[in-house]
Amino acid sequence: MKSIARLGAKGLYWLESLGDYGRFVLSIVGWIVRGPGKLARQQTLLQMFEIGVLSIPVVMITGAFIGAVLAIEAHPQFRAIGMESRIGSVINVSVVKQIGPVLTAIMLAGRVGGALTAELGTMRVTEQIDALRAMASDPIRILAMPRFAACILMMPALTAASDALGMFGGWFMSVQMLGVDSHAYWEYSRAALDVFTINNGFLKSLFFGAAIASIACYKGFNCGPGAQGVGKACTEAFVSSFVAILVMNFFLAMLLNAIYQIIWPNAGSIFG
Amino acid sequence: MSNGPQQLPASAGPPEPHIRMVNLHKRFGSLVVLDGVSLNVAERESMVVIGPSGTGKSVLLKLIVGLLQPDSGEVYFHGQRIDHLPDRELEPVRIRFGVLFQMGALFDSMTVGENIAFPLREHTKYKPSEIRDIVAQKLRMVGLENTEQKMPAELSGGMKKRVALARAIAMDPEVVLYDEPTTGLDPIRADVINELILKLNEELHVTSIVVTHDMTSAFKVGDRLVMLSGGKVIAEGTPEQIRCCAHEEVKRFVEGKATPEELQAIRLHQVREIAGEAMFSDL
Repeated sequence: MKSIARLGAKGLYWLESLGDYGRFVLSIVGWIVRGPGKLARQQTLLQMFEIGVLSIPVVMITGAFIGAVLAIEAHPQFRAIGMESRIGSVINVSVVKQIGPVLTAIMLAGRVGGALTAELGTMRVTEQIDALRAMASDPIRILAMPRFAACILMMPALTAASDALGMFGGWFMSVQMLGVDSHAYWEYSRAALDVFTINNGFLKSLFFGAAIASIACYKGFNCGPGAQGVGKACTEAFVSSFVAILVMNFFLAMLLNAIYQIIWPNAGSIFG
Repeated sequence: MSNGPQQLPASAGPPEPHIRMVNLHKRFGSLVVLDGVSLNVAERESMVVIGPSGTGKSVLLKLIVGLLQPDSGEVYFHGQRIDHLPDRELEPVRIRFGVLFQMGALFDSMTVGENIAFPLREHTKYKPSEIRDIVAQKLRMVGLENTEQKMPAELSGGMKKRVALARAIAMDPEVVLYDEPTTGLDPIRADVINELILKLNEELHVTSIVVTHDMTSAFKVGDRLVMLSGGKVIAEGTPEQIRCCAHEEVKRFVEGKATPEELQAIRLHQVREIAGEAMFSDL
């Protein structure tokens, strides 16, 4: 009986937290719709630099190496069936649809999500968030909204950077190192990468950006007292973002593939 | 038309206090912090709330400005009930308050000047040049001219408090709430803050509520002292009345003396430690 009661209490706590998180996200969106004011707009630009521009090197490096690794792993399989000229289509579709947006999101969750939670958590612990409220300013508008907007706006750009380097890494390894014909590599890639597939990745990146920023800000705003509270909030933010990215990726992949099938029911595969 | 003295309506009593707290209760989990606190603060009065650590002094300040909601009880500002208002409706009220937080709560990503300018940029339509002038004027008031470009991390504890005070008064508030303004400062810096509080009361004619356990500060800046203990008001009066109060707990607090039980507990602990050491040395 006790364990059932404990399970029930835990379930209620989760539901309550989920509702609280939902309200938090709604207030952020509410401020974007209503117009957050000059100061928050300035903060958004600043955050776009902090979150976006400063993350470009790390997502580019990740993208390049993942593209190259994909080529190394896929090449023997394609060579075995005599279709190594089509390796570009598999690498580039994988990079643009899945690996680019997901890895960019995970890198951002690690680099930016943790930092946002730590920053906001420290502000909470040192009463800076209370000070904002005491000065009649909504901390969600001043602190969370700019970070949320910056993350959503910069995620597609970062995904594009990661995709570009992933494609380059795949090309470099396949063509320059493994001897695949360059013309065939790009021809098959071009045939496999339609506008829907490219936008598929960008669309997902918007959702990932929203999840990373909202989870990081929520955890920072609600962190426990002291350094231990901030540390715990950072860990929770990263783990929650990571899980959210993977779960969202699964459902978005299902949804977008279903939409693709409806629009182009007779679309061919990368093997023709 | 009557020529005699004007008759007040039968219902008119004494003027409405600036801030009125009625039967406030607040608990965190099983810990009761405030247990039926009722207080009135008159306009331009300087009220000091004293009491041991953990007796809900800071919580009381947060209830006044709506940073926390009471479990029950009411808070009135100029006769308007404010404790149940959501944040957005509280904003016009909060603009009329200035709060000095215990650790200053300066935004560490902003310079001193930006910190003080923050409420002005948020809530006024002043031009940047006017805001710069107000910031310089507030910094002069707290004795920190030409520090606009410094970052909070470059300031000492006392300077941070003074900058935080300048930010608290940036909007010329009616009420200033001070949470432990002298905690963590050496006696000389603490006295500077006390003098500043007195100066601001005199020059800006603000109502002040000061939460402290620094008795030197309490006697210096308070028109009226209120002592909280166990979540209740146990004494209230002028500094002189509190100084001469016969209530045992108040007396001990004012004189800074521990209870015999507390001293006994320390001695017992010491005896056990010594006995423990002796046992180990025998082994």
